[in-house]
Amino acid sequence: MVKFTINGQPAAVEADPAMPILWVVREQLGLTGTKFGCGMALCGACTVHLDGQPVRSCSTPISEAEGKAITTIEGVAGPEGELSKVQQAWISEQVPQCGYCQSGQIMAATALLRDNPRPSDEQIDVAMAGNLCRCGTYVRIRRAIKVAAGIEQPKGAAQTGEQAA
Amino acid sequence: MNDMSKPPRSRAAKWTRRGFIGAGVLAGGALLIGVGVRPGNPVGELGPKVAGGEGEQLINSWLKIDADNVVTAIVPHCEMGQGAHSVLAQMLADELDADWSLVKVMQAPTDGSYVVTDTIRMFIAGGTMDAPDWLEPTWNGLFTKISQLADGLVTGGSSSIRTTGQHTMRIAGAAARQMLVGAAAKEWGVPASEIVTANSTLSHKASSKSAPYAQFAAAAAEQDMPQTPQLKAPKDYRLMGTDAPRTDIPAKVDGSAQFGIDTKIPGQTMTYAAVRRAPVPGTKVAKMDASAAKAMPGVLQILNMGDFIAVVADSYWQAQQALNGISAEYTTAESKIRSSADQSAAFAAALDKAGDAGGEEVIGKGKVAEAMQVVAKKLSAEYQAPYLAHAPLEPMNATVWVRDGKCEIWTGTQVPLFARSAAAKALGLSVDDVTVHHPIMGGGFGRRLETDYVIQAVRIAQATGYPVKMIWSREEDTQKGLFRPADMSRFSGGLDAKGRLAVYNNVFTQRHDPQEACDCAFYDIPHKSIRVAEAPLHLPFAAFRSVDHSQQAFFIESFIDEAAHAAGRDPVEFRLGMLGNSPRHKAVLEKVAAMANWSTKPAAGRGRGVALTQSFGSIVAEVVEVDMTGGTPKVTNVWCAADPGYAMNPDGFRNQMEGGIVMGLTAALYGEISLKDGAVEQSNFHDYQMMRLNECPAIAVEIINGDHEKLGGAGEPGLPPAAPALANAVFAASGKRIRTLPLAKQFA
Repeated sequence: MVKFTINGQPAAVEADPAMPILWVVREQLGLTGTKFGCGMALCGACTVHLDGQPVRSCSTPISEAEGKAITTIEGVAGPEGELSKVQQAWISEQVPQCGYCQSGQIMAATALLRDNPRPSDEQIDVAMAGNLCRCGTYVRIRRAIKVAAGIEQPKGAAQTGEQAA
Repeated sequence: MNDMSKPPRSRAAKWTRRGFIGAGVLAGGALLIGVGVRPGNPVGELGPKVAGGEGEQLINSWLKIDADNVVTAIVPHCEMGQGAHSVLAQMLADELDADWSLVKVMQAPTDGSYVVTDTIRMFIAGGTMDAPDWLEPTWNGLFTKISQLADGLVTGGSSSIRTTGQHTMRIAGAAARQMLVGAAAKEWGVPASEIVTANSTLSHKASSKSAPYAQFAAAAAEQDMPQTPQLKAPKDYRLMGTDAPRTDIPAKVDGSAQFGIDTKIPGQTMTYAAVRRAPVPGTKVAKMDASAAKAMPGVLQILNMGDFIAVVADSYWQAQQALNGISAEYTTAESKIRSSADQSAAFAAALDKAGDAGGEEVIGKGKVAEAMQVVAKKLSAEYQAPYLAHAPLEPMNATVWVRDGKCEIWTGTQVPLFARSAAAKALGLSVDDVTVHHPIMGGGFGRRLETDYVIQAVRIAQATGYPVKMIWSREEDTQKGLFRPADMSRFSGGLDAKGRLAVYNNVFTQRHDPQEACDCAFYDIPHKSIRVAEAPLHLPFAAFRSVDHSQQAFFIESFIDEAAHAAGRDPVEFRLGMLGNSPRHKAVLEKVAAMANWSTKPAAGRGRGVALTQSFGSIVAEVVEVDMTGGTPKVTNVWCAADPGYAMNPDGFRNQMEGGIVMGLTAALYGEISLKDGAVEQSNFHDYQMMRLNECPAIAVEIINGDHEKLGGAGEPGLPPAAPALANAVFAASGKRIRTLPLAKQFA
């Protein structure tokens, strides 16, 4: 029996202590927002917070969660479901395409901004380099992090750039 | 360039009651996939599948309006990140004058009535929709037959907007609006022409009457279906051409979006399968030792399926652990190709045999052999591109339950109807006994046009009899799927005395889709021969984002760049000199040159390269700036100008260009699937690298709405120019011409 909290709620599961957090969260707790991408901590799709620190849940055994707090994408919004600043910025900048990696991206960005509320471009690069996006939404991820940090303004009215021929 | 006051050329004019009712009659083109509301047509069966709560009224099969005044657009295409669901709804909502905040999107059920015939037609026809009118009846007959045979509900070919959007979603919205107006006019006793629609509300100024659409939904269904609903002219667009926010994004930021891999079957305990296919295509499991695996915790069944091994367990991790403990031997492959060098040799042999004039001619123009005798300067080059894996971040997976002569499938697929018929065939069932649910996809990129993984899961579920969720490991996904083919392409040509490209002679080995990909028809080159000399592929083929354009653009635009440098001309000026007959291409190239400040010199150690392509109806030029000061290429900037005819959602279009550029750069820099002993060498993201955020350049995209009557695609056209623009930039910065991809390897 491994005991921990999941998104603030106490939980106890019967599982092989070597089983990665990812599969416990997805299959036993039914929280499918955390994704399987590579199984080798190479893509970041499975990123969750363990006591606030971003970890690759596909390669972190559940035994390491004993007595700790796991936060998944489902636990990022406020108690009334109000979206976090990072989530809001992800919407205002229209970041996701397929969306599969975005839970992990948001978890990584959330941890970055908590530790470093106004990150430099280099700090964003370092913090986000472990999270792959096969759709290639990196330009928007960067912008959304800056919007969430208050460094840039959210995208407002329709952008210009079109021109009639 | 064109008159913006006129509505686009549309098949609405040919839209007939008979065609709309369907029943296999697909006259007129526009409504090939339409289903109507009259008795005896497919809506009777479809109705229950799309109906929601009480008080809802199905007006036609492409939209419904419920009692809360919420409009649900029923979209036949699959959503894999390209934004098709949202933009198709946007087109429908604009014609309907609906309130965008009250529009929902629903995936159409996998019913044959939704066959996307136009998409199939475009794939086969190579992207053009402009068939001469006299050909239409033949085409419709031919393509209807093909689509029925193929059971094709296809999402691909960057076609959702220009086929389904233009030809059915807009018409459905316009027809519904007209019917609502008709119903209100009857009830209020006022002329229909005096009723104004906006924000899902009908109003009549003189009588001060006003009502939400929902109030007239039932009455509207009684109205005659308009034969030719009036579509808006671009000047009247309210939602089309705007950055209406995507409807699918909120669920993708809070973890609630449900992908195929997230499937839960209510009331059922899920079991999980891990699989390992024989490593070399065409081989089988000869011997298997599963004695250790059998004893592992959670293991329910171990299956030797001949071409693959499956372990079914209580959890996916347990299944994969047990699978890792199974040793196996495999049969020997028939293919003589064992290594990447063997594959290259097979290409070279085919090209050697074809020589300067052999192979099958695809494009022939002027007199190549004679013209070559008199050129001032001769050119030749050989290019090569490797196999690529699609690597969508959601690995291949499918959940299947086979029981009591029925089969139910939950899987992310670009071809739900193919999947359904393939499953029926595999099980010996009627298609009516197979149901396919197809949730959103964690990336498709062409990989999910194939049904191999679905059928694999069907076979496992047939063996177990209980529901199983099969998930491929990343290693399986990288090594055992279907691949963007490798290819080799040879060019020869010559410059005339004035330094113009007079002769262009090309032969390559891989021709899949679309036919036009091998040509650069927009350049004015007097003598041209483009030939294909087919060579065998060791790995099975799957369409990759932009299909043949993904290699051909690299070959063609690298050669054009080499010609420019051989002529001692600026690469942009050289290309502009060949665009006298292609004003839209010229405008796009001039635009990107201006965006990139092309005429200025880049900083020391940096270089800029350009490429111009047309694919899936969109014209795209990109300039890449690369920094070689570190000895390896670092991409700092990409500027992209694109003319898709008309961008229905400019921000969505930009997002697709950005994504296409990143995928194109990823392939150009790192992408390589290589062979050893007949098997794929790479296995996961450590040796099959993707561009990461810290390597991603700044990307600027500008859109030219060049011709609103000729809509181009969005999903694919951003990709093709990226590789050649990068290779051309590397040459500009370093003097080193890279003719074999991937690039980064050449500097390692």
